[in-house]
Amino acid sequence: MSDASLPLTPPSRQPQPGAPDNWRRFFSFSTDHKVIGIQYIVLAFFFFLFGGLLAMVMRGELITPDSDLVDRTVYNGLFTMHGTIMLFMWTFPMLNGLANYLVPLMIGARDMAFPRLNAVAFWLVPIFGVILIISFFVPGGPSQSGWWAYPPVSLQNPTGNLINGQSLWLLAVALSGVSSIMGAVNIVTTIVRMRAPGMGWFKMPAFCWTVLSAQIIQLFGLPALTAGAVMLLLDLTVGTSFFEPSRGGDPVLYQHFFWFYSHPAVYVIILPIFGVFSEVFPVYARKPLFGYKVVAVSSLIITGLSGIVWVHHMFASGTPGWMRMLFMFTTMAISVPTGIKVFAWVATIWGGKLRLTTSMLFGLGGLTMFLFAGITGIMLASAPFDIHVNNTYFVVGHFHYVINGAVVMGFYAAIYHWFPKMTGRMYYEGLGKLHFALTFIGLNLNFLPMHPLGLQGMPRRVASYDPEFAFWNVLASLGAFLLGVSTLPFILNMLSSWVRGETAKDNPWRAIGLEWLIASPPPHENFEQIPIILSAPYGYGSDEPLTANDPTKELASEPSES
Amino acid sequence: MNRRTLLILVGLAIADLLISLWIGQQAYHWMPPQASAEALLVDHLFSFMTTLGSFIFLGVMGTLLYAVLFQRAAKYDTSDGPAIEGNVKLEVVWTAIPIVLVIWIATVSYQTYDRMGILGGMGPMAMGMPMAEAASVAPTEAEPAPINVYARQWAWEFHYPDPDIRSTELHLPVDQRARLLLSSEDVLHGFFIPAFRVKQDVVPGRDISFEFTPIRKGRYRLRDSEYSGTYFAANQTDVVVESAEDYQQWLATAVATPPFAAQNVAYEEFNQETQSALDLGWETVKPAPAPVVNYASSENDPHE
Repeated sequence: MSDASLPLTPPSRQPQPGAPDNWRRFFSFSTDHKVIGIQYIVLAFFFFLFGGLLAMVMRGELITPDSDLVDRTVYNGLFTMHGTIMLFMWTFPMLNGLANYLVPLMIGARDMAFPRLNAVAFWLVPIFGVILIISFFVPGGPSQSGWWAYPPVSLQNPTGNLINGQSLWLLAVALSGVSSIMGAVNIVTTIVRMRAPGMGWFKMPAFCWTVLSAQIIQLFGLPALTAGAVMLLLDLTVGTSFFEPSRGGDPVLYQHFFWFYSHPAVYVIILPIFGVFSEVFPVYARKPLFGYKVVAVSSLIITGLSGIVWVHHMFASGTPGWMRMLFMFTTMAISVPTGIKVFAWVATIWGGKLRLTTSMLFGLGGLTMFLFAGITGIMLASAPFDIHVNNTYFVVGHFHYVINGAVVMGFYAAIYHWFPKMTGRMYYEGLGKLHFALTFIGLNLNFLPMHPLGLQGMPRRVASYDPEFAFWNVLASLGAFLLGVSTLPFILNMLSSWVRGETAKDNPWRAIGLEWLIASPPPHENFEQIPIILSAPYGYGSDEPLTANDPTKELASEPSES
Repeated sequence: MNRRTLLILVGLAIADLLISLWIGQQAYHWMPPQASAEALLVDHLFSFMTTLGSFIFLGVMGTLLYAVLFQRAAKYDTSDGPAIEGNVKLEVVWTAIPIVLVIWIATVSYQTYDRMGILGGMGPMAMGMPMAEAASVAPTEAEPAPINVYARQWAWEFHYPDPDIRSTELHLPVDQRARLLLSSEDVLHGFFIPAFRVKQDVVPGRDISFEFTPIRKGRYRLRDSEYSGTYFAANQTDVVVESAEDYQQWLATAVATPPFAAQNVAYEEFNQETQSALDLGWETVKPAPAPVVNYASSENDPHE
C-alpha cells in the first residue's frame, strides 16, 4: 500500500528511467502510460472549460432574440470553435487519456505497446491546441464556417490572407487526425498483443472491448476526414477545385468525406463511455455485468454498422431517395446492439445491492440521458421526419444529450471511480453529490428546451431568432450558466482531494479487476509479476479468484508465458 | 413468476401504454401549424414515434427508478447481490424487441416517405431516381413553369416567369401544387418552411426542382437552414398562402408595380454602425445588395 500523493510526496521506491518521479513528470516527455493518461485528461479538461466558456457567451447572446451581445462574425467564430474544441481538444483527448491510463492496468500489461509513439501522440495535442488558440488572434479571427467546414462557405476567406482562421483550423484538424491515428495504432496493438496470460477475449473487461471497438473506427475512418481536410486546405490555399463549384468542384463530395468519419466519430466517443457504464454498474450494484459476452460483442457490431450510416447527416443535401431509405434502415439498425447494452445495464442494476456513490449517480444519470438521446436518435434516422428537423435545434438538443449528457456524465463517473487509484487519495463524497445534482439539473435545463425549439423550426447556428422562440431560449441559457457553475465543486473537489484527501486503500470500492489488486497509485510498470488470469471479469457474488498469482509480489524470475 | 407478479407487470405495462398514447397525442401540439399536405404525414409519423419512444423510456426509467429507490444496500451490508451472469431467454427477447420495433418504425417511415413522394414533398426525386435526371425532365405542357427561387448571401428572391415578376415574399395559391426551381448563386443554403415540414439544401451549381402542396391560408416563415456565413440567421422571409383569387390579384398588382429595392436585413446591418457590445472587427463576406423587386416582404409583417 502506498501513502504517496503525487504532488506532495513523490514515491521514491520506483526509479523511473528518463523521467523525474514527481509532479514535474506531468510536464515532461514521459513514456509511462499512467503519466500520459493523466496528461491527456488534465489538458483536455482545461480545453473543456475553455469550450464551455465559449458556449456560455453564445448562450448569453441567445438569451435575447436580437443579435446584440456579440457581433455576428464573433458569434459564428464562437460556435465554430466551441464545436471544434469540444470534439478535438476535449472528448478525443479525454477518452484517449482514460484508455491510456486504464487499458494496460486492466489487461495486466506494464505499459502500452509503443510508449514513445504514445508520448508523441500526446504532445501533438497541445501543438494543435495552440494552433487553434492562435487562430483567434489572426486578422479576420478564427474559422467561422462551423465545425463541419462545409465548402463553399469555408472557402470564402474574406481576409484574402494565406494565413487565416480557416487554414489554421484545417491544419489543426489534420494534425489531430495524425495524432489520433498514432494513438489508435498503439491502443489496438496493446489490446491485441499484450493481454496477460490466461486473459482470453472473453475474460477481458468490457471497457477494453469498447476501447478496441472505438479505436478500430479511428483506423478506418480518420484517413477519410484527414484527406478531406487536406483537399479543402488545397482548395483554400493553392486554388485546386475539389469542392469549389465555381471552379467545377462538388461541395457535396466534401460532405461524404466529412461524415464518413465524423458520424462514426460519435461512436469513438460514446463507446468507451459505454465501457465505463459496464465497469461502474457491477461494482456499485454488487452484481456481475448481465450478459457480459453479448455486451462485449455488441460493441464490435456497433463498430461495423457505424461505417455504413453516414448519409443520414445528408438527408436534406440533395440526396436521392434510394440513398435516403437505405441509410435510414442502416441507421436504425444501430439501435439493436445499443438497445442490448441498455437492457443489460438495467438488468445488472436490477435486484442488486445498490450504493449511490457519486460515480454510480453519474453512471445512472448518464444512462438516463443516453436513453433519451437514443430515442430522439431513432426519430432523426427516420428520413421524412428528419427532413423537418434537420439542421434545427432538435438536432442540437439530441447530440448534446449524447455528448454532454452521456459522455461528460460518463467521464465524471469514471473520474470519481478511478480517482483513488490515480491519486492514492479519496475525494469528498458530499461535494461529488453536489456536483452531480448541479450537472444533472443544468444539463436538462440547458438541452431539453432545444427539442421544442427545433420542432418549432428554429435553425441551429443562428445568432438571432424570431421572438416566438424566446421563452425556451431563456431557459436553455439559464441551464447553460448553471452547467458552468456546476464545474466549480468538481474542480474544488479534485484539487483539494489530490492535495490533502484521505489516503485511499488499494481497493476502496471492493471492486474486482486487475487495477484494484495493486497499490494506489500503481507503481511504475504496474505489476511486479504479470498476473495469470483465471476467471472472467465481474465475478461478484462468487468466490472464484481473478488471478492465479499475486501481481504485487516480485518473483525471482518472470513467469513463462503459459 | 407467480400470478400476482404477472398481474402487476401487465397492469404496469398497460399504464405505460396509456400514458405513452397520451404523450403521442400531445406531440401534435409541439409542431408548427399544419400548413401543407406533407405536414399531416410528418406529424402523424412523429406522433407514432413519440408514442413508441415514450413507452420504452418510461418502461426503462420506471425499472431503474424502482431499483434506485428500493434496492439499495443497507449501510453495513457488504455482501454481494445474486451472481446472475445472464439469461439467454431474456437476452433473446430484448434483442428481438428492438429488431421488431426498428422494422416497424422503418416501415411506417418508408410508407410516409412513399406517400410524400406521391405528393412530391420530398423534392424532385421519385424513388430510386437520381436527382440530376429528375431535374432535367422538362415540365409537361399542362404544368405551369416553376417559380424560380434564388438563394444568395443573404437574401431570398422569387421569380415568377408568367407574368414576369420578382418578389422577396413567396406567394402561393392554397390547395395547389407548388412547383419551385431552387438555385444558389454562392454557397449552400437551405430552403426550409417549418409550417410545411419541407426542407431542401440549395446546392450551388445545381438546379433543384422541389414540390409541395400548401393547404392552409396564412403567412409563414421561410428560413435558411444550411449555414451560409455571417448573416445566416437574418436570411429569412415569409411565405403567403392565399386563395386563388387573392393570388391572381397579387400577381396583377405586382406586375403593375415598378421594381424597387426591397428591405434586406443583412445589407442594412452591414452598412450601419455595429450595435453589439463585442465586435472584434473580423472581416465578413459583403452581403449582396438588396434585391430589386416588384413586391417586397416586410420584417414587420406578422407570421404564424
